[in-house]
Amino acid sequence: MDLNQLVKGKFGDKEFLLGNEAAVRGAIEAGVSIAATYPGTPSSEIGNILSVLAKDAGMFFEFSINEKVAMEVAAASSASGLKTFTFMKHVGLNVASDSFLTAVYTGTPGGMVVLSADDPSMFSSQNEQDNRHYTRLANCPVLEPSNPQEVKDMMKFGYEISKHFSIPVILRTTTRVSHMRGIVEFDNVEKESINKIEINKDNNTHWKKGFFKKNPKQFVPVPENSIVMHQNLVLKMEEINELTNNSDLNNIFEFNFENKIDEIRNNNSNNNSNNNSNNNSNSNSNTGNNNSKKYGVIASGSAFNYAYDVVNEDNLPFDILKLGFSYPFPKDLVLDFVEDLDGVFVVEEVDPVMEKEILAAIGEFGIDIPVFGKLDETFPLIHEFNCDIVRESINKIIKQENNEETENNEKLEESLDDESKKSDINEKLENIKNNLPFRPPTLCAGCSHRATYFGVRRAAEELDIANEDLIFSSDIGCYTLGVSPPYETTDYLLSMGSSIGDACGFSAGTNQHIVSFIGDSTFFHGGIPPLINGVHNKHKFVVTVLDNRTTAMTGGQPNPGIPVDGMRDIAPEISIEKIAKATGCEFVESINPMNLNKTVDTYKRALEYDGVSVIIAKYPCTLIKGTKTKRPLIIKQDKCDDCRVCIDTLACPAISVVDDKVEIDDLLCKGCTVCVQMCDEKAIGVKKED
Amino acid sequence: MFNKENSYNVYICGVGGQGIIKTSVIIGEAAMNEGYDVLMSEIHGMSQRGGVVSTELKIGDYKSSIIEKNNADIILSFEPSESIRVLDKSNEDTKIIFNTYPIVPSTLTQFNQTYPDIKEMINSLNENYDFVYPIDGEKLAIESGSLLSLNMVLLGAAIANNTFPLSKESIISSMKNNLHPKFHEMNVKAVEKGYNTVKNS
Repeated sequence: MDLNQLVKGKFGDKEFLLGNEAAVRGAIEAGVSIAATYPGTPSSEIGNILSVLAKDAGMFFEFSINEKVAMEVAAASSASGLKTFTFMKHVGLNVASDSFLTAVYTGTPGGMVVLSADDPSMFSSQNEQDNRHYTRLANCPVLEPSNPQEVKDMMKFGYEISKHFSIPVILRTTTRVSHMRGIVEFDNVEKESINKIEINKDNNTHWKKGFFKKNPKQFVPVPENSIVMHQNLVLKMEEINELTNNSDLNNIFEFNFENKIDEIRNNNSNNNSNNNSNNNSNSNSNTGNNNSKKYGVIASGSAFNYAYDVVNEDNLPFDILKLGFSYPFPKDLVLDFVEDLDGVFVVEEVDPVMEKEILAAIGEFGIDIPVFGKLDETFPLIHEFNCDIVRESINKIIKQENNEETENNEKLEESLDDESKKSDINEKLENIKNNLPFRPPTLCAGCSHRATYFGVRRAAEELDIANEDLIFSSDIGCYTLGVSPPYETTDYLLSMGSSIGDACGFSAGTNQHIVSFIGDSTFFHGGIPPLINGVHNKHKFVVTVLDNRTTAMTGGQPNPGIPVDGMRDIAPEISIEKIAKATGCEFVESINPMNLNKTVDTYKRALEYDGVSVIIAKYPCTLIKGTKTKRPLIIKQDKCDDCRVCIDTLACPAISVVDDKVEIDDLLCKGCTVCVQMCDEKAIGVKKED
Repeated sequence: MFNKENSYNVYICGVGGQGIIKTSVIIGEAAMNEGYDVLMSEIHGMSQRGGVVSTELKIGDYKSSIIEKNNADIILSFEPSESIRVLDKSNEDTKIIFNTYPIVPSTLTQFNQTYPDIKEMINSLNENYDFVYPIDGEKLAIESGSLLSLNMVLLGAAIANNTFPLSKESIISSMKNNLHPKFHEMNVKAVEKGYNTVKNS
């Protein structure tokens, strides 16, 4: 697909879109004027795409310094009457939460959607927190899309709600929705946004500008005002609750209970004819199925998809209530749904958030039915689901029931036991499978972090600092991969920017040596206040800013240290060195980490320095497009004594053992020469041209 | 059970940087253009750095995008050992198509591991499955014009088995919609080479 279709696409067009691409189209259809983010997977692609499309879409877009600032950009411009969009990974909302929780009080008159991309199973995150808790904490509505089409549609709907009630709306995706592709049918783009470019010819901006009308009672939460704001918020949420109880986004998928039970009982081995029973709506017939308990399912987000497929494929007679607009919790709707049931399965990722609401609701009305969810251990409390997990969880309950009522349900049980497709592989293959080599993510060939890690290790060795006496506090980025052998340069990690704050703590709490690592983008994001803290409070540690000239881990976004902004225009480049010096720190040195001797020497002096020292290891990421690579290197086999120190200490993907000889793969090698510098036998050189 | 005649599950795997996601999108778009419903799962992020990459495509009346255990109709692996890693998704009818050229992890010596022998892998796959197609992807890609067309060779191989529900024509037209025109000629050649290798085996 051509990404420009996200702007140019017309009503009725269909594209095969990633959830994140669908979010961009949703923002464009809704007529968003201002968008801001800090990149974080699984939401990163939204920013990457907006960075390319913002101008054509009549939108202002920035990569903010961190999520809190992104939230403030979106909230304040929404207070000026514009539709605004901010999006971040789940932990990003922790950073933004201070401003977010009060933006719910002040309101967002222009409309503001906050997309929070949760990461169950932690494909690229440090935790799997469930951000639906924020909707309870902040008291704001949440939408939970299950697929890319819903991401787009709910973006539009989110702006309607947000603007109408002047309240931020959270759109909670999970990795499987953000990174799911599906067919998305387009709606019209709001007329307002099409005309934006012409509106602002005078101002020389390509996006629409708003106007902030002063109103301290609404926008300044001093206690006198915020007491009223909180009261208003409660009233708003009560009104929105009426919507959630009646919303099309909260609908029941009928799998026709009575018909299916009959079907299962009378099944006369006609295999393919049983799949069309979805929507025959005579579910009120009063057949005598005394022995079969009637169950239902309540599900949301990705978890709904698995529940639906399992119920559909296994021919289970369960109706499913899908909650897409799930907070304020649609209690009345849920009570109606469970009223005739003998039990309800709650299928949700990650925490039992809906389950607790459901238990509270049925408890309040004295409804006595079992709720099968996470609290009773029917479903796992951690990680993302899939069909296999949901099937196994549901079967635990059904099979138990069947054992209690052995009379009638043989067929049902048979259909549950159908694992005929399973293939058993022989011992030989099983053996290969069980001994496959690991393939962990690694630092790329030519990555300068490898050189820095080598340098600091060598410096500590030369100063006789034992590994136990050297604490590495690291941060969030590619360089966290330093946790693996052979580097082992990550001993402690909490969050974005924590490496320096943690170093302050280790400095106060121990007499050990401390070296911290933080990327350039992460330094701007959260590293500056703790650096000031370290200098002011007279701590002693070494800060390493691994300045690889990009935000590498999330796909190469610019940051304030790069002379380019989010709309790819030229922008002021902020100097990390000047910031470090401005803190009063007297040991600030920039190095090229690929120069090993200089790197080792600088670390030796820094480790002996009595105070906070800052080393800026500056070398561009090898993944930056257009970076010139040097000629590949080669092992001089006549000089190589096969000591394999290069392999054991550098773990460079380009160096491996082939037929018992150390070899360099010239397709992978970037010619960084770190191996050349560290080889005592001088057995590595530059490959001569063929 | 679900009516399997109306569905088709494609599991694609390999190592970061091999063009796996692009190949999968081409299949997905072709399915959409042929009027099927289709969903796909892809994982970005950490795994790009030389780690395992996989995508899952479910064509048919599904809502979820993760293929269930033993339910892949085809496993297309860009790397031999990766085809073994995902066998939990296979059943006795699964078509297993893989590139025979290994990418040996650089961490092998660190963990004291060995990379399995290719011939042994092929033999034991053949002992367990009826439809195993080892493809010399590197060779066919270079013959097509460049190593960069490796993913199109494997795409061609994947669509050649007679259970694959999409036509070669729609795959090629979707390919053209997703890759730079400069490479169309080479890529068509690569698709054909992969296709013919399986057809003639």
